Parts: sequence; C-alpha cells; structure tokens
Amino acid sequence: MAKMKGAIVVDIEKCKGCEVCRVACPNDVIAIAQEVNHKGYHYAYQEHQENCVGCANCAVVCPDGVITVYKVKLSD
Amino acid sequence: MDIKDIIKPENLVYQKTPLMTDKTLSYCPGCGHGTAHRIVMEVIEEMGIQSETIGVAPVGCSVLAYDFMNVDMVGASHGRAPAVATGIKRCWPEKFVYTYQGDGDLAAIGTAETIHAANRGENITIIFINNGIYGMTGGQMAPTTLEGMKTSTSPYGRDLKSMGNPLKMTELLAQLPGTCYVSRQSVHSPRNVRRAKKAIRAAFESQKANKGLSLVEIVSNCNSGWKMEPVASNEWMVEHMFPFYPLGDLKVDGKLVNNQ
Repeated sequence: MAKMKGAIVVDIEKCKGCEVCRVACPNDVIAIAQEVNHKGYHYAYQEHQENCVGCANCAVVCPDGVITVYKVKLSD
Repeated sequence: MDIKDIIKPENLVYQKTPLMTDKTLSYCPGCGHGTAHRIVMEVIEEMGIQSETIGVAPVGCSVLAYDFMNVDMVGASHGRAPAVATGIKRCWPEKFVYTYQGDGDLAAIGTAETIHAANRGENITIIFINNGIYGMTGGQMAPTTLEGMKTSTSPYGRDLKSMGNPLKMTELLAQLPGTCYVSRQSVHSPRNVRRAKKAIRAAFESQKANKGLSLVEIVSNCNSGWKMEPVASNEWMVEHMFPFYPLGDLKVDGKLVNNQ
C-alpha cells in the first residue's frame, strides 16, 4: 500500500501558540516550543515529523493560517 | 525520506489562501474569527469571484476585517451591515455581497436591520459569528449569552427572570419566507471547518442563483471573554453551546429542515 509522508511549515513569527493544531493532529506530530517568538508566544512546531501524513487538519483549523502542508506518496 | 525532499512546491497540499492578506490577525490566540475569515475567502477563491465580491465589515472584533480580507470592503455602523449590503446589492445586483457580523452586532443593535433584510428577501449572504458574548468590549452579556453563563455584566450567571432568554437568531430568521439557505456551523475542529466551508459555499451559490437571503451562523469561542484557554474554551463550547445551538442546516432551498 502506498504510504503518505507529510511535512508542515509553521510561520513561527505569526503563530500565537493557541494549541488548536496540536489537538487537531491525529498523529501527535505538533508540539508547543519552550522558546517564544518575537511577540512572546510559545509557537507550534513539528516535533515528530516522521509521523506526519500530510492530512492538513492542523492547517485547516489554524485560526491564523500560519501552517503550510506538503505531502508525498511513497510507493513501496 | 528527508524533510527537504517533502517541502517542495509540487508537494504542496494546503496553504493560506492569497485572498487573506499577509497582515497578522488582530484576534486573540485560538479565536474562531481567523478560521471563519479564511474559509469565507477560500470559498470566494474557489468560486473565482474575488473581483465581483463586496464585503461589509461590522462593528465588533471583526471591525478590521477589511485589513485581512483581500476583497472590496465597506465598514458599516454598528448593526447596520445588512442595510448597507442591501444598498450595495440593489445598485449592483450582479455583484456578490456579504456581511460578516458578530452576535452583539447582528443579534442586539442590528436585530431590526437583520430581520427586515431577511424578510425583504434581499439577495445577500450573512456570515454570523455567535460566541455568546461581547468579545471586543470586555466580555459583557449579549442577547445570545446562555442561561447561567457568567459574563462581566452577569457575574452570577445570566438569570432568565431579570435578563431575558437567549435569542436564537438563526431559528428566527429561518422562519421568514425571504431566506433561502440558513445553516449553523462551527470551526473548532477540522471536520467542522470543512462542513462550515461547504455551508458558506452553499450560501454564496444561493446568492448566485438569486434565491434570497442566505445566512450561515458560526458558533465560535471567545476564550478571552470566557476567561479560558483556547482548547478548553472549544471543549466548553461543545459541552454547553451546542446543546442550545445545535449544528446543521435549518433551511435549504427555501424549505425548513427538521433536525429534531
């Protein structure tokens, strides 16, 4: 079966760290960073990239639209 | 596979629509306004009507909507967005006109304008964000505030005897013969965002077909006004708001849908 492999890019400076994406992710890919961005928010980042399937759930719920999603199909 | 091999333009599956400007949204972290803005813009992008669309921004948190939505926008006085939209639509019947209003705007000061625009069957689309509170001014009680809900002007909870009943605007408007499509959605989870987007698309399509007023209510959170964290406020909304404001289509093609 073909496997999907995904990756997300978070616009860290625009992220407000609301964690809605972290809850929406079915594979626990996203975590909230200990560091803060320029505005002082703990931003979201891709902690377990290997689990990402590129479903785009995080980007769809992100209130600030800061997540871009990429996906490739792996043939085995 | 290396992440650099995945992040390539040809593998792109989702990014913010170019119809949203690059400005940082002025809303609180986790606020449903941003998601609602984006799905309205995505629908306009999919329909290819950016240059044909005129939005009317209200007074409230979304008063600066014209900074974020990359379509022609007009600012209306508090509650008067449906009246302004009526004027625009009557001058340019071929344009797509929508208003984007909160519950303090649409259900309180703008009740008359909203009901009469719906009753006249004006061919406009109303996006109604309902978070049960006046978010911008500091979390005061709104007509849509739930029974027993604590706000800054009802610190012991809304008492129905002295403060009246919560107003179900969407049900009220669905009863009027001038409305064509009426739906209630939310944007707190991926599934609900996708459903809400379909509803907004249906609302714009019914405007395209000149069928009458279309309204999509989006039950949203106000984590700052409710004094909760964003995720907790979404959970609170599912638990408390949805039983009173059930999601789903209320009216499709001018016919009431029986959800119960």
